[in-house]
Amino acid sequence: MIPYLIRVAVKSVVTLFAIATITFIATRLSGNPINTFLGDGLTEEGRAELIRYFQLDGSLWQQYLAFMRGAVSGEFGLSFVDRRPVTEVVGDRLWASGQLLLASVAFTLLVAIPLGILGAIFRKSWIGSAVMMVAFAGYAVPSFILAIVMVLVFSYWLNWLPVVGNGSFAHFIMPTIAMSGVLIAALTRFTRNAMLDVLGQDFIRTARAKGLSEARVVLRHGLGNAGVTVISVIGLQVAGLAAAGSVVVESIFSWPGIGQLLVNAALVRDYPVLQFGVITVAVAVVAINAITDVSYALADPRIRLARS
Amino acid sequence: MTTLADPAIAPRRKGSTDFIQKIAIGIAILLFALALLAPWIVPFAPLDQSLLSRLRPPLGFERFAAGHYAGTDELGRDVLSRSLYGMRLTLALAFAGALIGLLIGGTLGLVAGLRRGWVEDGIMALVDMQIAIPFTLVALLILSLLGSNLTVLVLVLGIAGWEQYARIVRAEVRRLSALPFIEAAWTAGAGPVYIACRHVLPNLISPLVVQFTLALSNIVILESTLSFLGLGVQPPQPSLGSMVGLGRDYMPTAPWIVLVPAALIVALTFSVQIMGDWLRDRADVRLRDR
Repeated sequence: MIPYLIRVAVKSVVTLFAIATITFIATRLSGNPINTFLGDGLTEEGRAELIRYFQLDGSLWQQYLAFMRGAVSGEFGLSFVDRRPVTEVVGDRLWASGQLLLASVAFTLLVAIPLGILGAIFRKSWIGSAVMMVAFAGYAVPSFILAIVMVLVFSYWLNWLPVVGNGSFAHFIMPTIAMSGVLIAALTRFTRNAMLDVLGQDFIRTARAKGLSEARVVLRHGLGNAGVTVISVIGLQVAGLAAAGSVVVESIFSWPGIGQLLVNAALVRDYPVLQFGVITVAVAVVAINAITDVSYALADPRIRLARS
Repeated sequence: MTTLADPAIAPRRKGSTDFIQKIAIGIAILLFALALLAPWIVPFAPLDQSLLSRLRPPLGFERFAAGHYAGTDELGRDVLSRSLYGMRLTLALAFAGALIGLLIGGTLGLVAGLRRGWVEDGIMALVDMQIAIPFTLVALLILSLLGSNLTVLVLVLGIAGWEQYARIVRAEVRRLSALPFIEAAWTAGAGPVYIACRHVLPNLISPLVVQFTLALSNIVILESTLSFLGLGVQPPQPSLGSMVGLGRDYMPTAPWIVLVPAALIVALTFSVQIMGDWLRDRADVRLRDR
């Protein structure tokens, strides 16, 4: 177990390092780092301070080292728009994004796992085909179209749901569904395939032969084993998809989260915010992946009990 | 419930699925043809404004303006003409992006599959990283920094999916290299380049065609999402995504401005994905979808 944990930790650190480097290279591609990083409206001293701290007048290598030093000590510069440290600007929005993410993951699990099980059990009947169609539609319909059409129908035509903000339960409905569409598609397919693999195995026949109820066979023996695979998808695919989805969904519903912040920052070219926002989301994705890897190991006795 | 005990999970083949697939492929071909022929068949130029017939609804509604079958937008531009031009651009970008991804990913995957050791480890580490990075965010960063012109956009769309090709090519190359006919070629004294071009590449064509098709649909989604957010194709040039994004303000009164391009995007992604699945079934590639 310990070597496995070390491997997960090393992989996470390397990925984070690579992402930080990519954002560094990206921000330096556009030419003058002083313009990219400082913007207008700073006092002379503030300007000199930031240039000194981030070595913006130094060589590319010096800039890189200064950037990494800043990254390690949590210093990422000031927002052009707010004139506040970007860590604060992004930090203010973590909770709103987190809420939407949690709601979407909960909704996805509630819908996708039962659908996946149904799809596996009834794979030869119309129920199975219907489940696969749902999964397919989730992939094919981009989240912004799902969101826009829901807004048109439920807000403008029927006047049932509010479009903007995150004040009440009703505000959560459409953003959560829009975020979940592609997640449900991914997880349903996966649950179905994992269940099919498991349900075809010998120990399932044994369980039936022992006279266990069908529900117990499917849920305890089937889902119990398929669950390991399902966990791994939740982490690996869902984190990335949710990060992409939140950008779109938050900006459509004016959700005060990181996704909306990043799109606005990209449009007004507030590079320090954009840079730190990308790193923040990357940290979140990598952390979720690491947690997934570890829980995968904990759920699988072959890894949990392995000795190096 | 006895069906559950079937040991082998045979691929499902059904009459009804075949029917849906045929329709989908027909739609895909129709959409490709419309996009290709757009300059010759659209009734109006996509940028032509006509301020006297602004926000007119599609055929069959009151205040319909003759000739504007899908209505007009806030500047009196013809929605149908703009949508078809937009689809043309979207598909052109998707093909170019999928091709770039194929070239990058295919080459790296081929190298990783043929040269083992640290080269392979390095390439696969890059693949893992690309999977771990939420690419939409990197795209936002790059497009915002470099400004959104079509060249940058195509490159971004190309980089978006290279890792899928790399994984497939590497896996296939490794599988193929263990087969007797490749070993026979080595024994006969053939060099690595000869074996790669003559024996490995021809066997890669069908999995790559499948992946290319699926990538097309993914890139259409990414491109329209970026354009929708205002970071992809820039106005006044029409693209399906930006039409949806810009038409949003008029949605309560003139929903057709949004619904026509949105419907085309969905028709495109749906039909191309079904086509990809169909190709996959036909090619019988051992790509269990993940």
